[in-house]
Amino acid sequence: MTTLPDRPDFDLIASWVEPGQRVLDLGCGDGSLLKRLINERNVQGWGVEIDDANILAALQNGINVIQSNLENGLADFADQAFDHVVLSRTLQTVRHTEGILNEMLRVGRAAVVSFPNFAYWRNLRALLDGRMPVSEDLPYQWYDTPNARFFTLLDFEALCRQMGLSIRERQVLDEAGQPVEATRDEDINFLGSLAVYRLTRTR
Amino acid sequence: MAGQSVGVVAAQRLHFSEPLHLRSGGVLPSYDLMVETYGTLNAAKSNAILICHALSGHHHVAGHYTDQPGNIGWWDNIIGPGRPLDTDKFFVVGLNNLGGCHGSTGPSSINPASGKPWGADFPMLAVSDWVTAQARLADCFGIDQWAAVMGGSLGGMQALRWSITFPERVRHAIVIASAPKLSAQNIAFNDVARQAILTDPDFHGGHYYDYGTRPLRGLRLARMLGHITYLSDDQMGEKFGRELRNNAFSFDFDVEFEVESYLRYQGDKFAGYFDANTYLLMTKALDYFDPARLDDGDLVKALGRTDPRTGFLVASFTTDWRFSPARSREIVAALLANGRNVSYAEIDLNFGHDSFLMEDAHYHGVVAAYLRNITL
Repeated sequence: MTTLPDRPDFDLIASWVEPGQRVLDLGCGDGSLLKRLINERNVQGWGVEIDDANILAALQNGINVIQSNLENGLADFADQAFDHVVLSRTLQTVRHTEGILNEMLRVGRAAVVSFPNFAYWRNLRALLDGRMPVSEDLPYQWYDTPNARFFTLLDFEALCRQMGLSIRERQVLDEAGQPVEATRDEDINFLGSLAVYRLTRTR
Repeated sequence: MAGQSVGVVAAQRLHFSEPLHLRSGGVLPSYDLMVETYGTLNAAKSNAILICHALSGHHHVAGHYTDQPGNIGWWDNIIGPGRPLDTDKFFVVGLNNLGGCHGSTGPSSINPASGKPWGADFPMLAVSDWVTAQARLADCFGIDQWAAVMGGSLGGMQALRWSITFPERVRHAIVIASAPKLSAQNIAFNDVARQAILTDPDFHGGHYYDYGTRPLRGLRLARMLGHITYLSDDQMGEKFGRELRNNAFSFDFDVEFEVESYLRYQGDKFAGYFDANTYLLMTKALDYFDPARLDDGDLVKALGRTDPRTGFLVASFTTDWRFSPARSREIVAALLANGRNVSYAEIDLNFGHDSFLMEDAHYHGVVAAYLRNITL
């Protein structure tokens, strides 16, 4: 979605992707993540974008980009065509949550998903103060947000269990982009602003 | 308009004396191609872009002639210094395809065997024949590999065919407002257009040149029909609506609605300069185009013949119902299934199939961005 310099979730994703892999980045923006993965990990990458300005920006960055609406699924992509399918800070904007997760793991061996955690304590405090949260990871006002789904880390993990998806990696970051240090899931849910997961189908 | 025109240009005629064996089984013993070039071929000959034309196009792609300042090339808005096909960087080649009526060997040329115009005896052509002739043209210039082969509509089909037939000779293929093959509806429109020509009493079995006449009525109807398929419903509605020329019904068959006036004008203009036999050949080449045919209709397999290093830009237009975005997506999906480097833009422009010829900041921005990343 938005392009921030030095996005901490990009560091994690780059560390999970093996050199030479095929990567599909859904909602790739201007292609910054793919550009980084190409430069650092020598991947072959494709992005998917709906927005004209991002299509243009990705092309200017020399990234393969496909103009498509994620809500319509990934029909243009063959089964298991990619090693990693990335959905970075975009899941909360997609209405068909289960549909897109299923599609990601149809076309890819593993899915990487990052999203803002609604249960982050500053968000909760904003709500207790009577206002919708606005933060580093939820940077919109309620009336202009592209976000369609508001959920927490624990909500997401419950959905993964329900869908039979295995969580292979999880990293939770605070608003400064630092890893959250806690042992209990409830505490991590409370302290984390952005959650990053690597998922596979349970086999 | 961003950038500049290439300015004054001149066409050249190239003669090819080696026989060309055609997909239909026919043979052209020798032939001429009309060609224009813009920009300068670099020493490594690595900066050449081939422009393939659509149904009614030709070699005069950009610029104007000294003695005809108003005769501007058909894709002038995209070619020139500072334009998306930047002639400060690229050497751009346009040609009139075989079978054409703008100087390249075609049905109105003299058949050396009879000393008369070929007419209906001109052999049937396929897109692959054009590509073979274009490859010989590349040889003439010493171009082993095009930096890009680019075209809209039927021109896009040639770019796609290039990437399959001569994979190592195409670094990038730019396929705009095109399709991997025609639908039954596309073929149906083409056949009605052909029937209009074939049933014109002035057609004389295609040998109308010998009778000092031309099937103008049929050609005019063919163009009117074709023109409807080039425009979008919305655009026609906005441009003409139900406007009447004289503000009242005249209750006769003269021109009443503005849209009738427009179509008749377009038909008359086209019939005035285009050759009916060429129109027949071009529409048949469109109908025959199906690069997956020899792979049992498997487009993924057919595009697997492209070079893994070849890059593709595919673009479509939201209001194009002749070759809709879904048709371009078939190409994109088959390229993706082969792991090819492909980008796809679905451009929101209101001009139907004709959008590919229009100047639009986003559309041209997409083409410019893609071309700017081509390394020479």
